[in-house]
Amino acid sequence: MVTSQTPNSQSSQTSPVLEIRNLCQDFGGLRAVNNFNVTLNKGELIGLIGPNGAGKTTVFNLVSGFYQPTFGEIVVNGINTANRKPHQVNALGVARTFQNIRLWNEMTVLDNIRVAQHGQLNYGFFHTIARSRFYQRREQLVESNAMKLLDIFNLKNYAAEYPKNLPYGTQRKLEIARALSGQPRLLLLDEPAAGLNSTDVQELIRLVRWIHSHFDVTIWMIEHHMDVMMELCSRIKVIDFGETIAEGTPDEIRNHPAVITAYLGDDNI
Amino acid sequence: MFKRYSIHTLLVSMGGLLIYVAYEEMISLYILSVLMFMGVNIILSTSLNLVNGYMGEFSCGHAGFMCVGAYVSSVLGVWLFAKDKVFGPPLINPDYALYLFPLIILIGGFAAALAGLLVAIPSYKTRGDYLAIITIAANYIIISAIENLDSIGGSRGFMGMKRVITAMEDIAYLPWMPIWVFAFTIFCIWLIRRYVSSTFGKGVNAICQDEVAAEIMSVNTNKIKTITFMVSSGLAGIGGGLFAYILGYVNPGSFNILKSTEVMVMVYLGGMASLSGSVLSAIFFTILLEVLRPLQIIKWIVIPLMLIIVMQFRPEGLMGSRELSDIFPWMKRFYRFK
Amino acid sequence: MLATIIQNLINALQWGSFYALIALGYTLVYGVLTLINFAHGDIFMVGAYIAFFVATFCLATIGLPGWAALIVTIPLTMILTSMVGVAIERIAYRPLRRKGAHRLYVVITALMCGLILEHGNLALLGASRKAFPSLINEQVFTVGGVTFTNLKIAVIASAILVFVLLQWIVTKTRVGMAMRAIAYDKFAVPLMGIPMDNIIVATFILGSSMAGLAGILFAMSYPILEPYMGALIGWKAFIAAVVGGIGDIRGAFLGGFLLGAVEILVVAFFPSTLRDLIAFTVLLVILAFRPTGLFGIAKTTKI
Repeated sequence: MVTSQTPNSQSSQTSPVLEIRNLCQDFGGLRAVNNFNVTLNKGELIGLIGPNGAGKTTVFNLVSGFYQPTFGEIVVNGINTANRKPHQVNALGVARTFQNIRLWNEMTVLDNIRVAQHGQLNYGFFHTIARSRFYQRREQLVESNAMKLLDIFNLKNYAAEYPKNLPYGTQRKLEIARALSGQPRLLLLDEPAAGLNSTDVQELIRLVRWIHSHFDVTIWMIEHHMDVMMELCSRIKVIDFGETIAEGTPDEIRNHPAVITAYLGDDNI
Repeated sequence: MFKRYSIHTLLVSMGGLLIYVAYEEMISLYILSVLMFMGVNIILSTSLNLVNGYMGEFSCGHAGFMCVGAYVSSVLGVWLFAKDKVFGPPLINPDYALYLFPLIILIGGFAAALAGLLVAIPSYKTRGDYLAIITIAANYIIISAIENLDSIGGSRGFMGMKRVITAMEDIAYLPWMPIWVFAFTIFCIWLIRRYVSSTFGKGVNAICQDEVAAEIMSVNTNKIKTITFMVSSGLAGIGGGLFAYILGYVNPGSFNILKSTEVMVMVYLGGMASLSGSVLSAIFFTILLEVLRPLQIIKWIVIPLMLIIVMQFRPEGLMGSRELSDIFPWMKRFYRFK
Repeated sequence: MLATIIQNLINALQWGSFYALIALGYTLVYGVLTLINFAHGDIFMVGAYIAFFVATFCLATIGLPGWAALIVTIPLTMILTSMVGVAIERIAYRPLRRKGAHRLYVVITALMCGLILEHGNLALLGASRKAFPSLINEQVFTVGGVTFTNLKIAVIASAILVFVLLQWIVTKTRVGMAMRAIAYDKFAVPLMGIPMDNIIVATFILGSSMAGLAGILFAMSYPILEPYMGALIGWKAFIAAVVGGIGDIRGAFLGGFLLGAVEILVVAFFPSTLRDLIAFTVLLVILAFRPTGLFGIAKTTKI
């Protein structure tokens, strides 16, 4: 179903989904991200961790095109994202969720998911006025796509509800559903478990694993819950003060001295 | 079948009744002109609601775009169809006035849409109060530009539109202005509703609620802003063109910030992002202005006072962001407002 | 040539002083409440009228000499004008703020208050213009081809004095610190035990009294008063405040003087009907290049 609709599948075979080379980002005099490198191959699920203020979200902001990097390259499916606006990066197949949920609260759940498919509408203002046949076909597609996603995420009962009225965990879920509605090939999850209780966290783990196996999507996530990361990720990158300090499998990271220093400080060892 | 076309039936019968009543002169010219100003006000308030309500920007210079539309369509109409001191004999046989009149109004709207770029382009980088200033400045710039154009009357104003209407009436004696105002009012509501109810147009609302999320989640915010500002100012231009032809006379002073304020009041009174709210408040406000006319100068104390009191008790406006169908659910059977 | 430049500079400074003094009220209120107080231009007009009544009362009824009348008029006008400002805040803005109404509804309320002031004046006093009595003898000095009056110098000097005073209040006093704190974080301030409403009232007192001062000085320099005098000058002062960077006192002054300078220059070189057109275009261009004004700091969106 949703998996079959991936465009240009030939290019994704040849190049990695995401390749970041020597990425640097300065804010005034502060270097928030320094010399960051990563390659995500198709179908991977990797993690990014680090103490607060390490620059994790900045990396995501750079990848999603919200910031332009000071230096370095971000290549999505073989296409350099330099000078592209966020919606153009999104069109290359990058979708994300936000650390503090950013749903459109005055729009229904269904509309949230419909609007996030803006990149695939392919019709313009005059079609909306003329209500051409093309417009109607696209709207039907968007609508059915949205309903399908709501069905998958068990949100169908909430379709006409406003997101602000939903429980927190459901809002998180809705945000992931919204990110998937544009059929991305790279999904960035920015602390999806933040603020969830342990039951919700277990459900989230199942959900992410399910998405990873059922959608044709590569996932990169930031998370502070280490059990989530250990359970899901095949590879984890650790950054602190913008520098990459460790990289490896969850087990390697767990015992990495630099990681322990970064989280607990020198004296505690 | 009946339900599907009920709204069309209603509109056609309303329009027919209006034309009949105007043709038979069953209502006085005064009431007719109030009805026409009501139509213009509906156009203005719904079009401003597109920017201030649906998109959440704060445009305070709507009258400026109205001014562009009014002048462009007036000058064009007089130049083409009427004998004028400045422009000389009519350029085109006045017999065509009837057919080309809507086109002239649309051209005025198009010119106003282009003027809307004056605000749309800065809006890429600016938001909120800073954009509000740009709209105020745009309003002043447009007005003082026209005040300095002596060839079309400058601050003294421009007239001669009555002759265009006479030209239309010479072809077929019908109350043309009420007809056109009615048609364009319906056109304006129809256009805005189609725009904001499409997935494409819901991007406007997404910008209002979270612009960052909208841009990252695939909405081309600059494009949507450009289109929305242009549609809004274009419709204001259409409203302005009709306003000019109803009065038969325009001067830049009637499009100052006070006029913009009036339109803003209608939008906020009706409720932001509520199309039916804007329509109702435009109707209500027009009637209010006329009812209080005998008070003369005190009118402008009573109206603001009433508004302040309304704001204290219903800070979200009369309708909030709801449509009529949310308040009266039975209406949904006949017409989907959203 | 040099004389012309200095002459225009003095004119620009004097003209800009009015804008600066009014822009200040906008900027103070905006800085604290993020509210565009659109009634402020009309508060300036009310200030000028209050000055007119106080001055005529002092001169005609009590029979004070001009200089004494001036000494009485200045503080009295400032106090009365600030009472008008506080009354508007108390009656119209505070209930809305308490209800948590959308910011734009407060702005509309402000616009309506302005209309009430304008037309209330018109209804009470009629459309006839009032001639402001002359309180001091205007003396004309000519130095090297540059003419200026004692009044012009007084206007410029008081604007600069007000700037220094306000800069001191905002940066050095407890009230000023509380004002900046509210601007920074409205939610934390009441939790820290700062009486927010009192600080807001203080802000309105400061802003409106400066509008009152501008009203006196304006009435003395251009002694014709009419109810609509506040509207255009108020809008322009607001734009000046934004160009300077709204919320910043230095910005308000710089913006005010800049607008004054642009207008005087336009009048010096072009027909005076082009004044508004060119002045607003210049401001629009400045805002296009510096969207948050000269002193404004761009707010970074965090995600």
